[in-house]
Amino acid sequence: MALTLLLAGAALFLIPFLWMFSSSLKPEYEIFAVPPQLIPNPPRWANYPEALTFVPFGRYMLNTLFISGVTIIGHLSSCTVVAYAFARLRAPGRDALFLVVLATMMLPYPVTMVPLYILFQSLGWVNTILPLTVPAFFGSPLYIFLLRQFFLTLPTDLEDAARIDGANTAQILWYIMLPLARPALATVALFTFQATWNDFLAPLIYLHNPQSYTVTLGLQFFRTSYTTNWAYLMAASLVTMLPMALVFLLAQRHFIKGITLTGMKG
Amino acid sequence: MVRRSVSRREALTFYLCIAPWLAGVLFFVLGPMLVSLGLSFTRWDLLSPPSFVGLRNYQRMLNDPLFWQSLKVTATYTLLYVPTELIGGLSLALLMNQRLPGIAVFRTIFYLPSVLSGVAFVVVWMWIFHPEAGLLNVALAYIGITGPRWLTDPHTALSALWMMSLWGLGRAAVIYLAGLKSMPKELHEAALIDGATPWQTFRYVTLPLLTPTIFFNLVLSLITTFQTFTSAFVATNGGPLDATLFFVLYLYQQAFERFSMGYAAALAWVLFLIIMTLTLLVVRSADRWVYYEGARH
Repeated sequence: MALTLLLAGAALFLIPFLWMFSSSLKPEYEIFAVPPQLIPNPPRWANYPEALTFVPFGRYMLNTLFISGVTIIGHLSSCTVVAYAFARLRAPGRDALFLVVLATMMLPYPVTMVPLYILFQSLGWVNTILPLTVPAFFGSPLYIFLLRQFFLTLPTDLEDAARIDGANTAQILWYIMLPLARPALATVALFTFQATWNDFLAPLIYLHNPQSYTVTLGLQFFRTSYTTNWAYLMAASLVTMLPMALVFLLAQRHFIKGITLTGMKG
Repeated sequence: MVRRSVSRREALTFYLCIAPWLAGVLFFVLGPMLVSLGLSFTRWDLLSPPSFVGLRNYQRMLNDPLFWQSLKVTATYTLLYVPTELIGGLSLALLMNQRLPGIAVFRTIFYLPSVLSGVAFVVVWMWIFHPEAGLLNVALAYIGITGPRWLTDPHTALSALWMMSLWGLGRAAVIYLAGLKSMPKELHEAALIDGATPWQTFRYVTLPLLTPTIFFNLVLSLITTFQTFTSAFVATNGGPLDATLFFVLYLYQQAFERFSMGYAAALAWVLFLIIMTLTLLVVRSADRWVYYEGARH
């Protein structure tokens, strides 16, 4: 019974992928054929190079990878230190400030997008990647929360021993906490990659030059310019999904870990 | 004396460590929010200097049919999506929690689409919903039904977006699965010994223990659903006949297509107040239905 449901569910979840793949291999005259040919014969692999050179998808991928990389570095460097402080250091006002972390975690991006645009415009940052990357170096509430939860699960013995031996906070963080926190840091990096790779609204607002488009913008631009050629569109969609899908398949347990950390101890 | 200076140093270190975040909150959150409150009392097109108009932006909202339409669309969609996410996500999680060989493969399949959200996710579904050659209408034709025009028909466009979002159910399911996995086994064993049926065990043991997870996911899903943007922008751009004009899409259009920055700022504040109110309502209701195990002792 459960197995039947699982198989049926899996089929439903997989069909869109198969349909996308099958459509991506059809010549233009076959794509609207009714009934559709589920296995294109012969498959037209040329759709892939053609679709990907219509607009410079390689360039878009490199742009997105670069933005993701910088954002990941930003989140890792800022959130770790902030989260460690919230988890381990005692100070007046700490708990009240942590409530601010939680409150900003709930704050939707659209609420601040208008004034942020005005701020970045006055700094001359529109049409650069700075509005998409610089804020990462100031921490992100979700990842501060996630890393704090993780630090709280670690025993304090090692830190106490190190402190007795005369280590300062920076040394403890660098030599003891960071090696232990590697799985949680991987989760932060992966979530950041996912968010940056899929982000659409922020790049749409800030990047107007086709040279600096991200993959989502590139795909949208491609879609509106060549809207009739569904085979090309499916090929391009599949390719832009691929890096994210691969990262997910290779590091699935870190995704699950992150969800467990943020979801369970809230 | 010595101890006091140590703890003062600790406090200093703490504030030093959180300084970047504190600066970020001031510059990128609180500052902008105050600026946008100020802006919401002005008319500003980014070119000429802003002019003070008092409450006129808020008055304009009351008489703006598109504002009401965007609220209606967003509320309808939220009412449609949040319960399906709860029931669908939970059912999927129960399936994923079965002890069967190869279950990890199923989990991957269910979770995969939800990490792929973005434009490509939407584009695939636009093709599935294609009125003539799309998979859905072709399949419906096989059983003798002429499918609607989905995304291009004002009566079905919002439902189509809802169906599309179901492909991302895996995200909620994984959260529920984590909740199921962390449950103590003894209670289920006790229920089994007492002769409870599977349904009774689910209803009186599993479900109450899962309420904190449901609560967490409900808050998350309310907040994210109210921000729906990409699917509406890419698939329908708010159409046909404004049937999918989501609130954030309308906000985007006012700010970045018409450059009515003052009106957009007012809309953003209204969005903020709505989401805050909804979240507070859910949090308030938590006492009645969320069961915290620790609270018994």
